Amino acid sequence: MTTVARTEEGTDSPYALSHLDSLESEAVHIFREVAGEFENPVILFSGGKDSIVMLHLALKAFAPAPVPFSLLHVDTGHNFPEVLEYRDRTVARHGLRLHVASVQDYIDRGLLKERPDGTRNPLQTLPLTEKIQSERFDAVFGGGRRDEEKARAKERVFSLRDEFSQWDPRRQRPELWNLYNGRHAPGEHVRVFPLSNWTELDVWQYIAREGIELPEIYFAHEREVFQRAGMWLTPGEWGGAKESETVQKRLVRYRTVGDMSCTGAVDSDALTLEQVIAEIAASRLTERGATRADDKMSEAAMEDRKREGYF
Amino acid sequence: MSTITTEELSATTLLRFATAGSVDDGKSTLVGRLLHDSKSILTDQLEAVERASAGRGQEGPDLALLTDGLRAEREQGITIDVAYRYFATPRRRFILADTPGHVQYTRNMVTGASTAELTVILVDARNGVVEQTRRHAAIAALLRVPHVVLAVNKMDLVKYEETVFAAIAEEFTAYASELGVPEVTAIPISALAGDNVVDPSANMDWYGGPTFLEHLETVPVSHDLAHCHARLPVQYVIRPQTAEHPDYRGYAGQIAAGTFRVGEQVTVLPSGRSTKIAGIDLLGTPVDVAWTTQSVTVLLEDDIDVSRGDLIVPSKDAPPTTQDVEATVCHVADAPLTVGHRVLLRHGTRTVKAIVKDIPSRLTLDDLSLHPHPGQLVANDIGRVKIRAAEPLPVDSYADSRRTGSFILIDPSDGTTLTAGMVGESFASPEPVKDLSDDDGWDF
Repeated sequence: MTTVARTEEGTDSPYALSHLDSLESEAVHIFREVAGEFENPVILFSGGKDSIVMLHLALKAFAPAPVPFSLLHVDTGHNFPEVLEYRDRTVARHGLRLHVASVQDYIDRGLLKERPDGTRNPLQTLPLTEKIQSERFDAVFGGGRRDEEKARAKERVFSLRDEFSQWDPRRQRPELWNLYNGRHAPGEHVRVFPLSNWTELDVWQYIAREGIELPEIYFAHEREVFQRAGMWLTPGEWGGAKESETVQKRLVRYRTVGDMSCTGAVDSDALTLEQVIAEIAASRLTERGATRADDKMSEAAMEDRKREGYF
Repeated sequence: MSTITTEELSATTLLRFATAGSVDDGKSTLVGRLLHDSKSILTDQLEAVERASAGRGQEGPDLALLTDGLRAEREQGITIDVAYRYFATPRRRFILADTPGHVQYTRNMVTGASTAELTVILVDARNGVVEQTRRHAAIAALLRVPHVVLAVNKMDLVKYEETVFAAIAEEFTAYASELGVPEVTAIPISALAGDNVVDPSANMDWYGGPTFLEHLETVPVSHDLAHCHARLPVQYVIRPQTAEHPDYRGYAGQIAAGTFRVGEQVTVLPSGRSTKIAGIDLLGTPVDVAWTTQSVTVLLEDDIDVSRGDLIVPSKDAPPTTQDVEATVCHVADAPLTVGHRVLLRHGTRTVKAIVKDIPSRLTLDDLSLHPHPGQLVANDIGRVKIRAAEPLPVDSYADSRRTGSFILIDPSDGTTLTAGMVGESFASPEPVKDLSDDDGWDF
């Protein structure tokens, strides 16, 4: 492959947008379409980098007016404290309204049972769908990207869900040009993915370009971890190392932020955004392959969860 | 942020392109090689594919499994849907819409081509231009994809003969120009052996052009905007009504075509009221000029009535508004489109009621034969339709503007996307179609 940097720069006119400008403009267009077509949209906000970028784009799309959407956090109860703190600070700073759908609450009420492996990611679907129904959200923004996983690669930007939040990949509406069809019946809703065409690297470059603040666990730090299924997990309220597993101090960072019980850290000394970007550019593993135990379950793990109403 | 990494990578442009074809043409091998050689396939993805391939008793990794993401696709060993793939080189970022090539997937090819600036048509050097090739060329021509690449694959199986390549390239280019395709770049490759995909071939000294990837990296991604009609569909009215911005009223939208300048005289359609642009806000930065495909907020000098669904255009270059739309369509829904069908027509940010007045003809893409009065269009059919809209629409010809010359029809009862439409003549050149007036139009 050629590595000569852009010797033929002249091939693009001055009107050609950079790839980040192009992706940003597309995402802003999607946010504004939803604002124009739906009654009660909500942004899924976990405090992870993708949801943080979504919120940043929404703020830009409607400035100087406030964001015309509320936020929804599906709280597994296994949160990184740094991320919860970031979430609350962000909500306060922008004067946003935050809804929380709590997995712990469903477990306490006996509506959900803890899984033997302790992971709570699959348990998020029920609180999420019931919150969507009870709050009558008609558009739900998710930070899913098509480059993440192959079932997601077939996802539409506007993805219709029935009253049970189910996704039927065979009944997807073709999306032509930039004409998004958000028609839905009462009780149905549309999942909207403004970052569909972004890659992990695009997200990081955009964070760097825009100077967006992130929870500190995205950068290298010393942390007590133990190894399980090839990933570094942090002990916490959710549980900890079994007898056969040893806890040790390591320099790590997180590439994704999710449920503590199944989100793994990676060995890293990347302290700055530039170092993170360099690390990702050189990485030979996808972020899900490196850090998500739940996606390793089967070839169709994500497709199955998506059909049931997962993000 | 000023390190070399960030700046270099973020300064690159984005190319959206589409491929159509079947495994037989070597499409999966070509896409796989492109992703593999540009180091876009990561270790865990490759391992998963190797595991799955071995489970199926295949020898090497089947790279089609990378894109065939749905269970049904893997079970049947075919690509059903449009698969989007992402990769990058130091020069450019790419979004590839990978679509199946058979006739029953025409709607998927149309979908993939609708946003593509370049389309790749693959032929097997041993077979040359076949029916499927002509169909793919016709779709590229109908969708007005600006750049077409003819990849003549499996050159290794014809002993890398220049005459074989030249004959295929000549036949295809003649056919494509008949359809009005503005530009064809023919490249002799072997996806399997790697000739001219990423690296120049050592086996074809006679070929002096770019490799496949070099061409993707250098093909221009924007047009000469001076010749485009400027169009801004209004998506949303931004009115903060805060103490800080009590009177701010901005019209938000993504510029569909051309350029807009502060001070320019503009007209709002369909009302026809005129005013001047007082300011343009480019996502927080005031600018004097903005162009497609930027998302902007426009401030107007006069307080005139503007709302979602309106189209802002230069007063000196306004499209006519009409309730009668004639278009070429691709039917994308499983249920047929019939004469008398009551539908919703979505054009830009405007949705209006409409009725299908007539379906004058259906077009067979393989041989461009025209079947008059088919009565209905079924999934994957291409045809001409006449539509009457309940309100006047400011439509452009699709040939002039892909974004403001296109529309979709929606079923008002269940919201299904029925049909993709392109306003105006089907092909850029004088109609190359064969009118089969004897045909009863029901031969499908």
